[in-house]
Amino acid sequence: MRRKTGTAYGFLSPYLLVFAIFWIWPIFYSFWLSFLNTRQPPYTFRPDMTWGRLFQDAAFLNAMKNTFIVLLVQVPLMIALATLMAVLLNSRLLKARGLMRFAFFAPVVVGEVAYAAVFRLMFTAERGVVNKTLESIGLPQVDWFSNPTAAMAVLMMAVTWRWAGYNAILILSGLQSIPDDVYEAATLDRVSPVRQFFHITLPLLKPVILFCIILSIIGTMQLFSEPFLITNRGGPAGATETLGLFLYRQGFTSLNFGYASAIAYTIAAIAVAIAGLNLLFGREKA
Amino acid sequence: MTRSGSRRFRQILLHAVLGPLALLWILPLWIMVVFATMPSNAIFSPNLNLIPGDRFMENFRELQAATGFTRTLLVSIVVATVSTALSVMLTSMAGWALVRYRFKGRAMVIALIFGTMTLPYFVVVIPQFIMVARDFGLSNTWFALIVPPLFNSLGVLFMRQSFSMMPHELFDAAQVEGVKEWQIFTRIALPLAKPTLAALSIILFLASWNNYLWPLLISNQPEMMTAPVALGTLIGFTRVSWGAIMAGAVLMTLPMIVVFIYLQRFFMSGITAGAVK
Repeated sequence: MRRKTGTAYGFLSPYLLVFAIFWIWPIFYSFWLSFLNTRQPPYTFRPDMTWGRLFQDAAFLNAMKNTFIVLLVQVPLMIALATLMAVLLNSRLLKARGLMRFAFFAPVVVGEVAYAAVFRLMFTAERGVVNKTLESIGLPQVDWFSNPTAAMAVLMMAVTWRWAGYNAILILSGLQSIPDDVYEAATLDRVSPVRQFFHITLPLLKPVILFCIILSIIGTMQLFSEPFLITNRGGPAGATETLGLFLYRQGFTSLNFGYASAIAYTIAAIAVAIAGLNLLFGREKA
Repeated sequence: MTRSGSRRFRQILLHAVLGPLALLWILPLWIMVVFATMPSNAIFSPNLNLIPGDRFMENFRELQAATGFTRTLLVSIVVATVSTALSVMLTSMAGWALVRYRFKGRAMVIALIFGTMTLPYFVVVIPQFIMVARDFGLSNTWFALIVPPLFNSLGVLFMRQSFSMMPHELFDAAQVEGVKEWQIFTRIALPLAKPTLAALSIILFLASWNNYLWPLLISNQPEMMTAPVALGTLIGFTRVSWGAIMAGAVLMTLPMIVVFIYLQRFFMSGITAGAVK
């Protein structure tokens, strides 16, 4: 490594310029904004109208509740499913590996708007694909977007479809870094495949799975496009309104920048806290 | 049961689980393609039909009339291409500086870049919007669509990893022979980093191509809308038929699927590069 401060900053400066203007400054500015009444200029110092309002606002608490439901239900299910996909895709007995991988990994390249459109169409109550299928196997049809629980289920299914393959890619790469001789030794000792999975594979996969969980938590805290487009602006009646969507409404529909900034910092704090807890918890049990 | 018999049984079980799951997973994409080629009355006919029709051009014409979709695709292509090129340039230069030089403030620069990596985007999007849309008055411009989303730590991380694995004697030798630092970077280091550059470019292009929130905030005039924003304005309204919306979804998705199939190796290394060390 060479000592050349001038040359180093020559290479760094274009990047740092964009970084400073569009990230560093906004980080401080939105923190400052979160204490201001931005309803009309000039902005005045009124934390009671932002932070003070936050935990008394039923709409905020509702968005928080919905986000936590997704965190507690969808994230664990998706990670379990992704682990299953990865383990099965990694099996030496698998035929048509390329096709199978394609099926699970293709959603990774599909944009939010495109897949939101498809899910909204599939779950249409009146003669949608899903209801037609339910009917044909003798099950009752569901009014997916009018029933709060059903709408939440659609939201979770959509997010799971889009992101399970992504997590499976990460977990698969973790699996492939486990040396074969570990399994060979276990097989010689007549350890059953199921026990091999729980006593060898899972413990070795823990760092990757933890990474997936943290990424999913950060993603869920920012969930916006799906409730915006699939469940029609968090409907029915706010049943699928997430923190991300609530922030969008406050910031960019009501143009209440101060309140929206307080929401943004709350989202960041929760994401950091949960991710930190996960890391601690993950270390302890290792 | 014999040993090969149990192996056979496990193989059948494996496919019995994974096969149907794979079919279920591919179904939404298949439905997208099928419905893009059907008239609306066929989409909502009482019996389920999942065989592609021949009405894609009619659906596309309806979409084009409502949104000028080819223009929005063009905007998306320009934005994704330019921002990918710029971002790859900025992040590879930054990654190079962090590997090649020791300088004052290096530790702080590294801490800042990677410390903000997992910060939710919402923390910066409000000031970005105030700055670009209000203070600068730059809504509906190429600058607004391209420059603010340029920053990413991922690129620096990738490039730093790639440069640090190269033999440094090579760079030092070139330096002794009087080659300028900039040329060591562009003529020696960058060509050696080609696989990483390819993986990074694909990931950044995809992210820009699919980006929704920022262009939604910053472009509201039809001629500066990106394809996702234009398509988003149709969802939930009865302005155009579902067949036309699906045609738009296919046009946005299919090119990326093709790229994915041909460049899968780079995709995979792009996605996993940040995770496994």
